[in-house]
Amino acid sequence: MKHETIEKNIGLMMIFITLVISVGALVEIVPLFFQKETTEPVKGLKPYTALELEGRDIYIREGCHVCHTQMIRPLRAETERYGHYSVAGEFVYEHPFLWGSKRTGPDLARVGGRYSDDWHKLHLYDPQAVVAGSVMPAYPWLWEQKIDGEKTGKKMAALRSVGVPYTDEQIAKSFDATNGQLEIDALVAYLQQLGTVISHQR
Amino acid sequence: MTSFWSAWIIVLTLGSIFGYVWLLLANRKTDTAPNEVKSHVFDGIEEYDNPLPMWWFYLFIVTIVAALIHLALYPGLGSFKGLLNWTSTQQHEERVAAKEANFQKHVEGFMAISPEELSKDFKAVKMGERIFKSNCSVCHGSDARGSFAFPDLTDNDWLYGGDAVSIKKTITDGRIALMPSWSAQLGGDMDNMVTFVQNLSSEGMEGQKTNPMYNKFQQVCSSCHGADAKGMQSTGAPNLTDDIWLYGGEHHEVKLTIQKGRNGQMPAHKDLLSEERIHLLTAFILSLNQSLE
Repeated sequence: MKHETIEKNIGLMMIFITLVISVGALVEIVPLFFQKETTEPVKGLKPYTALELEGRDIYIREGCHVCHTQMIRPLRAETERYGHYSVAGEFVYEHPFLWGSKRTGPDLARVGGRYSDDWHKLHLYDPQAVVAGSVMPAYPWLWEQKIDGEKTGKKMAALRSVGVPYTDEQIAKSFDATNGQLEIDALVAYLQQLGTVISHQR
Repeated sequence: MTSFWSAWIIVLTLGSIFGYVWLLLANRKTDTAPNEVKSHVFDGIEEYDNPLPMWWFYLFIVTIVAALIHLALYPGLGSFKGLLNWTSTQQHEERVAAKEANFQKHVEGFMAISPEELSKDFKAVKMGERIFKSNCSVCHGSDARGSFAFPDLTDNDWLYGGDAVSIKKTITDGRIALMPSWSAQLGGDMDNMVTFVQNLSSEGMEGQKTNPMYNKFQQVCSSCHGADAKGMQSTGAPNLTDDIWLYGGEHHEVKLTIQKGRNGQMPAHKDLLSEERIHLLTAFILSLNQSLE
């Protein structure tokens, strides 16, 4: 086939371009949809409780994932600081993933249980009060805004449709679990369970 | 990985590499003579159809060869593990093991020495200090002097005990303070009680015996804070007579503590830190208070 033939047939060129650029995705992404390591949850992994789920949505709304990753790589310097490296099975119920791509702040994949609830609250209200020189902004409005529990059940039902095993009972109880709770309590509940399914002594 | 997906990856990866090789070689020949302008013109722009410059061509060859060598040595072709048998987790484990062996070499002998003795050993204390800075300083401060709601570890005032065994237990298992709200029990006496508690540091329990709050304190507060208000380390109830205030000593701060209760929490570190590291940390914390003894 002549080079000229492709250059002069834009439709044909589109087909060839699509073929070429899709090889990477076909090799690196598509097989992962069918691997046990990526589709089966690790032992002990549970879907988020209603309150944690709302906390996760606040985490997304406030853009925490822009400055904090949730992905510990198997490098000694990282596991020494953050704990056991992340494994695919921990993220089976994550929609969407919050791995992040840039660490302005530290990785949070295993921050659960590292600090007390009080510490998290103080830190989110005034980060510089506990971490001198921190560039993290304060989030004082989380103490004023309350969660609308009407939406929690719908979110859980939506997640169930993509494979998160929520029971009807959990969805039915979600309104009472979240409605009227302060946003800060939901966010701290979310943070305190992060990565706790795998523990690692160092 | 099933053999289907393994084959899928191998065929697509090698297929695309060989496809590029074919494309590169197929474009070496052209119909036109060197520097001959092609017949078509677009917007006044004409073009040659010369083959790729040689340096460019060889650069492509180098990248293709490098890719094939990489695929032969490292995992990349489906289930094929590569000739080096390299995995990222194995590399990680080797590096951790090397570091841990080095650490064990340095702490050798330390475990047999009590933390009290070890707190006088310069090397052990320095090692403990580094562990403290990486793991504890976020709450207790890099100088270990604490801050609002986080105890000062240098003042020899202990909520749960300052001996080696208590400190170790605090680090290993964590602590949860259990100060409930006393609003209902105190009612209208709240402000008087706050003043009474504030004055304990200057006048003590005995000095306020005639204060109407004295009996109230004995009824409501003494079961945890003690009849002399000097605290009780088994419950983590602080000494109220030493003018050290974890949650502030101002009237409104003490009032808030009594009204809402306090549940300060020290997270358990048994899943985070090894026994040796907790041992060194204990020695470091003990060393902080030695100048006071």
